[in-house]
Amino acid sequence: MQEGIQCSCCESEQCLSVIRGIHSDDSVEKTFLGNGRNGDKHTCICPIETLVWTNDYTLVQRARCNIDCHCLSMCHCLSMLSCSKQCSYPSIFIYGHRATGKSHVIHTLLKELELPYATVSCVECVSVGLLFEQVLLSLFGSDSASLLSRNPSLSDFVRVYKQLCVQASAKQTRYIVLDRAELLRDMEANLLPAFLRLQELVEDNVTVILLSEIVWDKFRPNTGCFEPLLLHFPDYSKGELQQILSEDSHPSYSPELYSAFINILLGVFYSVCRDLRELSLRLSMLKFQPLFSLPSVKESDTHKLWRNIEPHLKKAMQTVYLREVSSVQWEQQLKMEEKEAGAVRGLSAHAHVELPYYSKFLLIAAYLASYNPARTDKRFFLKHHGKIKKTNFLKKHEKTSNHLLGPKPFPLDRLLAIFYSVVDSRVAPTASVFCQISSLVTLQLLNQVGHDDQLDAPKYKCAVSLDFILAISRTVSFDMVKYLYDFL
Amino acid sequence: MKATRKLPKPTQSTSSHCNNFKDGAVVKLEAETIVSPNDAHSLDGNCNSAETVKVSPPKPVQTKGCFVFKPSANKRRKTPTVEDYFTHGCEDTENSKLRFRNCQTLWEKMKADTELLQDELNRKILDSLLAFIRKSVSTFQRGTDDWASRMRAHEIPTAALVLGVNVPDHDMTFQCLSDQLQQSVTPFVVSVQATECAALNHMLQRVLERLMGTSVSVDNEEEPEQRSTNVNQKRVHCSLITLCNWYKTVTKVCSYCKEHPPIVVIFKDLEAFNPKVLQDFILICSRYVEQLPLMFVFGIATSPSTIQHMLPHSVSSLLGIELFQSLSCTQHLASVIDKVILTSQFPFKLNGKVLQVLVSIFLYHDFSVRNFINGLQLALLEHFHSQPLSVLCCKEAAALVHATELSHRDVERLQQLPSFMRYVEEQGPQEQVELLTSDDHVKEVCQKLLKDLCKYHKNYYPTLRCLHILTASLPKYPLGKQIRELHISCLEKNVWENDEYVSAMQLLRMMAKDELTSALQKCAEILKSVKTKKMRATLLEMKTSRRTKKMSQFEILRDQALEFIDSLVRSHLAPPESQPLYEVCYYSSSAVLRRHLNATPRTSIQTALSNPYHYLKNEDLRAEDGTVSNAAPDICIVYKLHLECGRLINLYDWLEAYATVVSAAEGKDPDSADFGKVDELKHARFIQAVSELEFLGFIKSTKQKTDHVSRLTWGGC
Repeated sequence: MQEGIQCSCCESEQCLSVIRGIHSDDSVEKTFLGNGRNGDKHTCICPIETLVWTNDYTLVQRARCNIDCHCLSMCHCLSMLSCSKQCSYPSIFIYGHRATGKSHVIHTLLKELELPYATVSCVECVSVGLLFEQVLLSLFGSDSASLLSRNPSLSDFVRVYKQLCVQASAKQTRYIVLDRAELLRDMEANLLPAFLRLQELVEDNVTVILLSEIVWDKFRPNTGCFEPLLLHFPDYSKGELQQILSEDSHPSYSPELYSAFINILLGVFYSVCRDLRELSLRLSMLKFQPLFSLPSVKESDTHKLWRNIEPHLKKAMQTVYLREVSSVQWEQQLKMEEKEAGAVRGLSAHAHVELPYYSKFLLIAAYLASYNPARTDKRFFLKHHGKIKKTNFLKKHEKTSNHLLGPKPFPLDRLLAIFYSVVDSRVAPTASVFCQISSLVTLQLLNQVGHDDQLDAPKYKCAVSLDFILAISRTVSFDMVKYLYDFL
Repeated sequence: MKATRKLPKPTQSTSSHCNNFKDGAVVKLEAETIVSPNDAHSLDGNCNSAETVKVSPPKPVQTKGCFVFKPSANKRRKTPTVEDYFTHGCEDTENSKLRFRNCQTLWEKMKADTELLQDELNRKILDSLLAFIRKSVSTFQRGTDDWASRMRAHEIPTAALVLGVNVPDHDMTFQCLSDQLQQSVTPFVVSVQATECAALNHMLQRVLERLMGTSVSVDNEEEPEQRSTNVNQKRVHCSLITLCNWYKTVTKVCSYCKEHPPIVVIFKDLEAFNPKVLQDFILICSRYVEQLPLMFVFGIATSPSTIQHMLPHSVSSLLGIELFQSLSCTQHLASVIDKVILTSQFPFKLNGKVLQVLVSIFLYHDFSVRNFINGLQLALLEHFHSQPLSVLCCKEAAALVHATELSHRDVERLQQLPSFMRYVEEQGPQEQVELLTSDDHVKEVCQKLLKDLCKYHKNYYPTLRCLHILTASLPKYPLGKQIRELHISCLEKNVWENDEYVSAMQLLRMMAKDELTSALQKCAEILKSVKTKKMRATLLEMKTSRRTKKMSQFEILRDQALEFIDSLVRSHLAPPESQPLYEVCYYSSSAVLRRHLNATPRTSIQTALSNPYHYLKNEDLRAEDGTVSNAAPDICIVYKLHLECGRLINLYDWLEAYATVVSAAEGKDPDSADFGKVDELKHARFIQAVSELEFLGFIKSTKQKTDHVSRLTWGGC
């Protein structure tokens, strides 16, 4: 059997050395290394041999087929999952950036090794009860959740778990995978420490795996807790990215051409974007490009193909990270642009907002009130203010630009006072003017600040950018800059 | 028949039951439970009430005209019908029913027309939206076969629907959308509003409730089964797993959903949603994308970039967003005006000022087409309610019939109309006498005038359109960019007397040849479609002129054509005030409309406080300008006194001043010792008035000085 155990998928030095180490060592001892409770520093040993010793070899091979590029991570995980018949480490904390294959590796392993497990995403658990219920449902079958009371507490959960555990005692370790575990911190305070040592509480062979994008240091509660086994999933290297991306090769092209194309793509994007998901979106957009459908050019004529794809890469580069248009629309736009050249119109191209006339002025007044100090209102809005130079009434703290400090809250009366002096015609204080203020708030163009005293003196903040307000003031031919203290 | 409800006096029998009184039962006077059968008959349209009385007669348990409040299960309140409200308060009741009917038919026609129009305007965007959703469904069904769809399998298809800033107006569009979706694409459509989804669990609950609820009502044959599962789900927490299971059973059970209809969630007002809740919801949904064909529709009021503001990249990358932009609301209004106002189809018209009020409310305040239509409805109702002669405001044939049936009183009213009097003055002396004495003759003339009015309208609108086409492309738009502006200026006075008109005509003379020809061509088409006899004659002339224009003497022909247009304008675009009997069709009290639609609460409060006579109509309160009678309500006196103060008001001084004024009102001798003395009663009244003022927001307590209050308004005496 031992000949088959080779890290064929990745040539990484670490992994090979781990394997080499195993070959020379005594494997039986290694099996129990994962269980060393005293060892808070986790030492990873690639236990593929151990695994073979404990598990079905074919299962491991199958699992490995599904996760090609995670050899090292997989080895680490396997080391922890392998000893399924023994009592395993109570909790494992896995962290790594987005799209580094955390959940993918864990899920594939658990699935392919046919281990009993429950996966719960903490986003979904609006209440703790839901979390408990889902765990019980997937570990003990459909009728288990009915044993829980209506608003179960942690001790209820432990009690029910024990009860069910006695009925169906497990030969293997049970696994509970909690995705987005950082949300556990916002739930009840006892939840996270309890899950970390659930094994002790329920007296069952159970391991809790926490997945998160945040490092463990940010989790540790003040009161202290059991330290889980830490495992870091590093970001993909360029080579790994290429390997993953070229897996999904387009059926109609040769794999060589395809991987060459991926190489080009990575060369362009790797410096700005390493997110696998974003990259694969770009890829899926670009795949429809005439690179692949040029009949006259042979696949070998790489220079010509590069000339062909280059402009499209540039365009895709402009919109990286901005999910402005769906991939379908992007394709359509590209098709259109072949006929008539024009800029890509994404979501941000439609920043213009149509507002009623007085709403525009209310927004302008709000902007002025938010970014001008209240003392300067006299100078801007009174007819005979005399000549006051900016330097004369500059206070020390006002020397920094108000635009750098962000909008300041202002009371309603100040808004209305500025509004009446800014708007050119006489406006009756009708109910609809006040209505417009509140509808500006619902449109998120104004923000209401503070919740006390809403009847007497509500306060607002202006939530629009300078560019936006300049565009608005242009439509009503109001010279915004003349009234802004920062631009005096 | 008046819709007055009188409370019958308590019958003798009630007092005999006084022994039934049990330990302090709650007593309440309830008029509706003791409606006599007579009274019930007098109100039509509510036949159940008589039965109600029989079935559950009031059970008099109390003494002295008090009755126990006993709500009965099938109690019906007697609500007067709309017609009763209409006829009530009409000065002329005899033809009020007729007017009401006129009004109703006219309004229904208008409403149907506008709805049709709005459907048409929405159709384009809705069609593309439906196509998008269908396409997404098909990619979901194809599953992993297709290479391209596999690449975006993890995206939730999302339509960003930009609808303009007036959020209440969107309701109809969304209603239309969900109806169409349910008809043609999927039975599973949910719409949620931000106010219902303050927290994530509320949002999930709403979505699940509505989805599972609809399916129960959709397929009746599975009802018992469905219900039993529903009972289970009540106990189970609201989560998408439940939804998944439900979806599986539903698609398995019913035959028509073999092809996996998508679940469409419509977020009506995206801006108002709590971003955190929305993000979590999307994250959860994206976990189930493989099992549930979910699809989102975002209703966006401002601009699509709000999506980027609300959702971080990690969330928005889960969505495949496609943008749909609706017609701007100003274009929408233009088409509504075009369809409803600039047409001779409806006899009811607005005069320039009223139209101006409605349009300015739209442009300055709300951008709401729905409000504009509501304003139109109000004007319509007001017109028929307040103008007795509006019986004649209907289709030409019916109006002519009504004209022959006018009562003597109506004829008198007719004779008093300013436009009719003007008409009379223009006639010869013999005719004048006839018109002022003979009712029959007046009726005949009235018929003729009504016909003339109709003809005037038929000519007015085509001419208006012609003039607009010619002037709309001129630099700086001397006569307005929109046709409604031109219409308003035509309604107000003779348009050809305006300087702008003169300059527009001059500009037309300088226009390039091809532009002018194409504009004239369009005019010719408009006039052709109208096909009145006179027009047709002139049309022929136009055509020939255009043909010859192509040759050489362009300038002469151009002048001829423009002169012809000018003559058309002069003959057909006279303001309606010049037409006799225009009062019948035109609604002109813009002040009423403004008061109703654009309320000024603060001005009303100040009027009430400074001039109580204005609302109370009590002769004692009548006072000269700027003063308040000392018999006025306490709050008015306190208000008046507070106007004399500065920013901070000393409460004690204020109380003293108040006591003096009130003592004078009581007629006490100013020289007596207790004049202006504060007793308990005055003190209490003063405190009450002050707290009322505080409630209205004129003053508030201040921490600067403990015995002072600060004013929140400026100005005063």
